Amino acid sequence: MFADYTWAELGSIFAMQGFSGLILFSVLLLMALGLAIIFGQMGVINMAHGEFMILGAYITYLTSNFFSTFLPELFGIYFFIAIIFAFIGTFLLGAFVEWSLIRHLYKRPLDTLLATWGLSLILQQLYRTIFGTREVGVSLPDWMMGSYSLTDAIEIPINGMIVMGITLFITVGVYLFLQKSRKGKQSRAVVQNRAMAGAVGINTASVDRFTFALGCGIAGIAGATFTMIGSTGPTSGQLYIVDTFLVVVFGGAASLLGTVASAFSIGQAQSILEFFLSGSMAKVLTLLVVIVILMLRPQGLFSLKVRR
Amino acid sequence: MLQSKFKSLTPRNDVLSFIVLAIVLMVLLPILFDIFRLNLIGKYLTFAFVAIGLVLSWGLGGILSLGQGVFFGIGGYAMAMFLKLEASTPENTAIQSTPGIPDFMDWNQLTALPWFWEPFHSFTFTVVAIIVVPAIFAYIIGAAMFKRRVGGVYFAIITQAIAAIMTILIIGQQGYTGGVNGITDLRTLLGWDIRTDSAKYVLYFVNAFLLLAVLVVAQYIRKSKLGRLLVAMRDSEDRVRFSGYDVSNFKIFIFCIAGIFSSIGGAMFTLQVGFMSPSLIGIVPSIEMVIFAAVGGNLSIIGAVYGALLVNWAKTILSESYPEIWLFAMGALFIAVVMAFPKGLAGLYETYIQPKVDKQLDKWFKKEKAE
Repeated sequence: MFADYTWAELGSIFAMQGFSGLILFSVLLLMALGLAIIFGQMGVINMAHGEFMILGAYITYLTSNFFSTFLPELFGIYFFIAIIFAFIGTFLLGAFVEWSLIRHLYKRPLDTLLATWGLSLILQQLYRTIFGTREVGVSLPDWMMGSYSLTDAIEIPINGMIVMGITLFITVGVYLFLQKSRKGKQSRAVVQNRAMAGAVGINTASVDRFTFALGCGIAGIAGATFTMIGSTGPTSGQLYIVDTFLVVVFGGAASLLGTVASAFSIGQAQSILEFFLSGSMAKVLTLLVVIVILMLRPQGLFSLKVRR
Repeated sequence: MLQSKFKSLTPRNDVLSFIVLAIVLMVLLPILFDIFRLNLIGKYLTFAFVAIGLVLSWGLGGILSLGQGVFFGIGGYAMAMFLKLEASTPENTAIQSTPGIPDFMDWNQLTALPWFWEPFHSFTFTVVAIIVVPAIFAYIIGAAMFKRRVGGVYFAIITQAIAAIMTILIIGQQGYTGGVNGITDLRTLLGWDIRTDSAKYVLYFVNAFLLLAVLVVAQYIRKSKLGRLLVAMRDSEDRVRFSGYDVSNFKIFIFCIAGIFSSIGGAMFTLQVGFMSPSLIGIVPSIEMVIFAAVGGNLSIIGAVYGALLVNWAKTILSESYPEIWLFAMGALFIAVVMAFPKGLAGLYETYIQPKVDKQLDKWFKKEKAE
């Protein structure tokens, strides 16, 4: 498959596909971060994760409409405000879902899966009723569009760089939060040993609610970011769910670093294969390799050495 | 000795509900509905095969597969490939640039039948494939996962990913599989036109009969030592392992059985509905199949049949007249089954109706004995 290209062409193909792989990596990582907290840390299977992302995207869409109608002079910065709104909205919904549904099901993971799937169906239909079946897109301020040419053959889209920037920021933020802050330490303590954490005076129920809501909030940020590179429809969330879970499982469920590594390898593999094969075959091949690796190494790329 | 063994296999209540179900399927439904509705019911019943398989693997064994659509698809596609080849005789396809191959291959500029289609000229091969291929496939997945003690949630996610891969693959490889539309325009089975009303009647009864046969097999598994071991494994895997049993082999076996049941259902689906497409394989249909089993009660094989009938019937009614409500209802059903009735219809029956039936039956039997 390489024979038809010269070395120089191959070089720019790999550079370009490598960069689009980096964008795909950022997208996968953003999607997976929230789930890495909810599924990886807490062990809750949230099948409605995609719908939380879509909620973030719709909030961004509403904010952009609001700004272009009422505050056109501030339109250039609306996006950052939208991200904050998206986080708050999905965080609140997440807390509500945890309170009404998830907290009754912590000991029955497979049942959580079914219940959250039901939730995802309800949310989908809700979006369809409110926003209509057609996909909506946001208009970006001028400075976010266009692309930056590195050489003649290599062009880098600006919105892709912003996505990468946001991903980097959120990932570092989540890492620092979990490792350094009081709340983060509490939530890791509850995950690792619930009974002991309770015994030293941590309110495990409220930490659970906060952790779940935080994961949902990050999903909302992911959704808001995706409006820059694609449109949003009521069923878009379902397209992401398998990829997202595979990224988390492949990385090793309890490891944040693993999630980063697995998003990187899946993103790069898929986007480089995409150039040489058709898009669907590239995806099939990547997913198959991931599954085969998981069958050989069920604990994923990185595993925490914890005594259970 | 033999008689007592038979008795332990067939508790009174199980026999009773089996007979009731047989009467409903074989007599009541065919009398009540015209052939159009009966054909629809036949379609719903093909999902009951999957649901019974799920009761065995998920309810008894604790192995939740979210990829049962894949096995349904294997059976369905095997049957559809056979029927399609029979429908694509050189005479029927004379207008194509390559006569004698299925029409969608011709549209996709294929000039010869792909090698893996060749064996499906034979009906015997097709029937064997419907049973054997899902078993092999399930064995590979099961052996890879259960031997490494992967289970529960991980198994569910990986089977779901397999369902996703399967759909992407089928849709992507249009020339070989018919793509998103699937394999359509099927006409005859060994020269017998399956599109007529009388054929649909016959197929309905064949389907119902097969379903009852599958129920008998499932009941046998449930009441055998294997069935009890499965329950023991579900509740405490380590204890069973320490008692000297090889846990993974039992899991692989029950997963294969569930796959075979689904595959039979898929083949019957193709025969009765007349097409097979990726829309019956992917993530969404596979999870819906789980809800059939959950609504019926994930411990009751007979409940699974009623669950499949009821959910599908509700889906047809609601999506015909109120398409917006359907997804709300389905979502609420998922949540309600998990939160409020974890034992499904079977649980409701056992709590509210069975005690009365038991009382009545006891009276009846006593009277007979007294006489």
